[in-house]
Amino acid sequence: MADLISIDFILLVAAGWLVIGCCGLLALKRTVFVAHVLFPLGAVLGATLSFLGIVSSFGPPLVATLPLGLPELPFHLRLDALSSYFLFVFGVVSVGVSIFSAGYFRKGGGTPPGLLCFEYHVCLASMALLLIADDAYVFMVAWESMSLTATLLVTTNHRIAEVRRAGFLYLLISHVGALALLLCFGLLQANTGNYTFANMRLQQLDALWASIAFFLALFGFGAKAGILPLHIWLPEAHPAAPSPISALLSGFVLKTGIYGVLRVAFDLLHIQIWWWGATTLAIGLATALFGVVLSTVQTDMKRLLAYSSIENIGLMFVGIGLTILFRAYHMDALSALSLIAMLYYVASHGAFKSLLFLGTGSVLHATGERNLGHLGGLIRYMPRTAWVMLIAILAAAGLPPLGGFISEWLLLQSFLFTPGLPNSFLNMLIPIVAAVIALVGALAGYVMVKFFGIIFLGQPREAKLYYAHDADNWELLGFGWLVAACILLGLFPVHIVTALGHVTQLLVGHDIGPAVANNGWLLLAPVSPARASYMPVAFVLMLAACCALAFLLVRRLYHGRFSRSAPWGCGFPFQTAHMQDTAEGFGQPIREIFGTFFKMTRQLPSAFDKEPQYKVTIEDPFWDLIYRPIAAITERTARFAGLLQQGRISVYLLFSFLTLLILLLLVT
Amino acid sequence: MIQFSGLLSQILEIFVALAAAPLLTGWVNQCRAWLQNKSAPSLFMPYRMLHKLFHKDSILADDASALFRMAPYVVFGCMTLACSIIPTLSTDLPLSPAADAIALVGLLALARVFISLAAMDVGTAFGSMGARREMLVGFMAEPALLMVLFSASLITQSTLLTEIVGNLAHRQLAIYPSLAFAGVAFTMVSLAENARIPIDNPTTHLELTMIHEALILEYSARHLALMEWAASLKLFAYSCIGLALFFPWGIAEASNPLALILSIPILTLKLAIGGSLLALIETCSAKMRIFRVPEFLATAFLLAVIGMLVHFLLGA
Repeated sequence: MADLISIDFILLVAAGWLVIGCCGLLALKRTVFVAHVLFPLGAVLGATLSFLGIVSSFGPPLVATLPLGLPELPFHLRLDALSSYFLFVFGVVSVGVSIFSAGYFRKGGGTPPGLLCFEYHVCLASMALLLIADDAYVFMVAWESMSLTATLLVTTNHRIAEVRRAGFLYLLISHVGALALLLCFGLLQANTGNYTFANMRLQQLDALWASIAFFLALFGFGAKAGILPLHIWLPEAHPAAPSPISALLSGFVLKTGIYGVLRVAFDLLHIQIWWWGATTLAIGLATALFGVVLSTVQTDMKRLLAYSSIENIGLMFVGIGLTILFRAYHMDALSALSLIAMLYYVASHGAFKSLLFLGTGSVLHATGERNLGHLGGLIRYMPRTAWVMLIAILAAAGLPPLGGFISEWLLLQSFLFTPGLPNSFLNMLIPIVAAVIALVGALAGYVMVKFFGIIFLGQPREAKLYYAHDADNWELLGFGWLVAACILLGLFPVHIVTALGHVTQLLVGHDIGPAVANNGWLLLAPVSPARASYMPVAFVLMLAACCALAFLLVRRLYHGRFSRSAPWGCGFPFQTAHMQDTAEGFGQPIREIFGTFFKMTRQLPSAFDKEPQYKVTIEDPFWDLIYRPIAAITERTARFAGLLQQGRISVYLLFSFLTLLILLLLVT
Repeated sequence: MIQFSGLLSQILEIFVALAAAPLLTGWVNQCRAWLQNKSAPSLFMPYRMLHKLFHKDSILADDASALFRMAPYVVFGCMTLACSIIPTLSTDLPLSPAADAIALVGLLALARVFISLAAMDVGTAFGSMGARREMLVGFMAEPALLMVLFSASLITQSTLLTEIVGNLAHRQLAIYPSLAFAGVAFTMVSLAENARIPIDNPTTHLELTMIHEALILEYSARHLALMEWAASLKLFAYSCIGLALFFPWGIAEASNPLALILSIPILTLKLAIGGSLLALIETCSAKMRIFRVPEFLATAFLLAVIGMLVHFLLGA
């Protein structure tokens, strides 16, 4: 079946998205048409794309050339296992987001729905093109159109100054990153003047230039993915964007950065050096720990999720770093294992994080609140959303039996089976790295309990929450798709790991797929069944059986009677909703323990205040460490340059004269 | 594929765990009472308690959601499954490949998340305070436990609990430096995870200090019984992990029915000694202020990491 696939199908899907976008432009203000016809059509195309991704991952790489682009430089396209896998994940995420969007976008201020539909589908089409690009030119065209449309999507509510600021920040950092990418591609073509990836694969850069190219790629793609210290746009852009857009940003746009790093490091560069891996690993760990700690102390639900995405991206970079490290020491089996763990994480994160962001969209619609301090008790008013979110948080916390657990399990396995690296210093770092990963995983659980507990459990903290309505059917359909993805990723890892073998074969030259498939579809044993194994289906069945038996036996042997009464307040009769933990309260222990991670300003009331107020604000320390100094320097330089600008013709003539004089002096 | 003897030992393990867990709690309480010069409750007190609670009508808070009613069953199920994958009596367990050491830690974390969410459900001040503290203890204890298990799995080159235990039992009697560190760390983690002094006091209802009791404050009757039984199972599970890792002798192996029968009295003996030691630790130490708990757990975490590091340095 794989030989029936051609790149044309992918292009047709992308073209279809463009057509849908243009239809949106024609029906600028017809919300119902755009929402209930165009977005579902886009979802159908997304499903097609994910199907194409699955099928093509089993076939050989396909190449095509399009008669588009510059003279002498047509578009080169290539569909290989890596592209196929990312197309599959992208398709799955886009279906969920598109269906949800059908119910989400309504009349309101900001960008009209038709224009939004255009931007959204152009963004999707450019991502599809990006994943099959095979020369630097088409790659950068797709990359830029993705960044631009994503910025426009972020600034949907452009009447709010904060949103515009967030959009600007995103655009700025994307473009600083894009500059690095241009330089990187310039190095990779090694003075041949041929910018096709096929040519770059042939070039043998020496270690120095290869390292520079790698770090330029890490910087450029890292800016898109959100590694430390380039993560600064994430917590601003996610709250600013409408929820489905945040879902798409977090669910897939961040992963294009991962895709880029993989493409450059393993496909275009012919060598991998150990200290690239060590650096990537260190950056990844710092990003993960920083992200999760800041995520625990947030009070805005979308900002909380944005920091949690930073954490997840950090873990993915840990996976990339390990893969490079093992690859540099020619431990191909381990390298393949850590690459698979990383790629699995890409898929499961795509599913659960989009789901979480979509959930915040439903909550936002129902209550108009993003601040955790004004939410609470929504499981009673929005039960369907709440149960969906429960599954999402369990997956995000990396708990069995859902998708998030498998990727963490695989990642930890690749650590444990390190037989000993040739470098003894690196060897000693391995337990520390494993410890940090375990700590990050446990803290992710803390974040998710906070997220779910404060929003959905307890008493409503505001009176208006009593009128919150549940998600509508379109939104639920979108939820359902992604919930299914989370569960399937958790239950059937063997199929996916086997299919990922093609990707590892391509990138690190080793395929552990057949060995894994040998044990049957029930048993996941990446190395050998005696070393480590996990049987998700058996695990779930046993857990369900234990719970169900406990329930049935209690009912049968005893009874199921219950009555209701007021909660026990330990004798204090005046319990109110404000006595529950707030978001600040729940994060308090973390603030105490990890105080050095952030800049905290606290306003404590004095004993004599008539209306005491407690306020704590937490700021990302990187603003003060890096960004504000850079902004100040830029401003100072600009002011200095401004001295030249006097606004009088005579002065400018003087400058011209002086320049001429100096040039003449130089010439003679 | 699955041997009859394996199935037998698996079923025996689950039943022994369910039956012995309250007994272990009773034994610890009894020892503690003796050490404190009090007249001790009967060894079977926890059973009577469970029986009484199961008979009562449950009282739910007005706003308790389905999550609140579901949580006791989930927590109980998690703990039962945890006890069935830990090699307490035999290493011949058909369920063992289904969940390795990492999955065991995941399972315990799943139970923790559910119990915390259930505590936040009613929306009283104590519930959310308990949830916060439980997660505080959990986020440091969980990685520490994982590191302890990793130390053992690095020695034995496997993350399967049965393989680890089978392998450790066959080594000659020697002190492994990495396991020594891991053992101290594990003891500290177990104290914290099972709500024991010096972290938490299982007998207190003093609002400012409680963790576990705050979590289950809203539960009554059968739900409370399941939660208490699950807590006993957790203590049993942790004790058995400790015994299996650090004193793995006497655990039966495949196709040896005599050893399986013998393993029950051996386990009883080991648990009796372990339980009395736990009571001794609890009697000798004072409860810690909650602000100092992170230091205690960070020490445990660090010791566990050092254990792993020592393995890499010394190769043992």
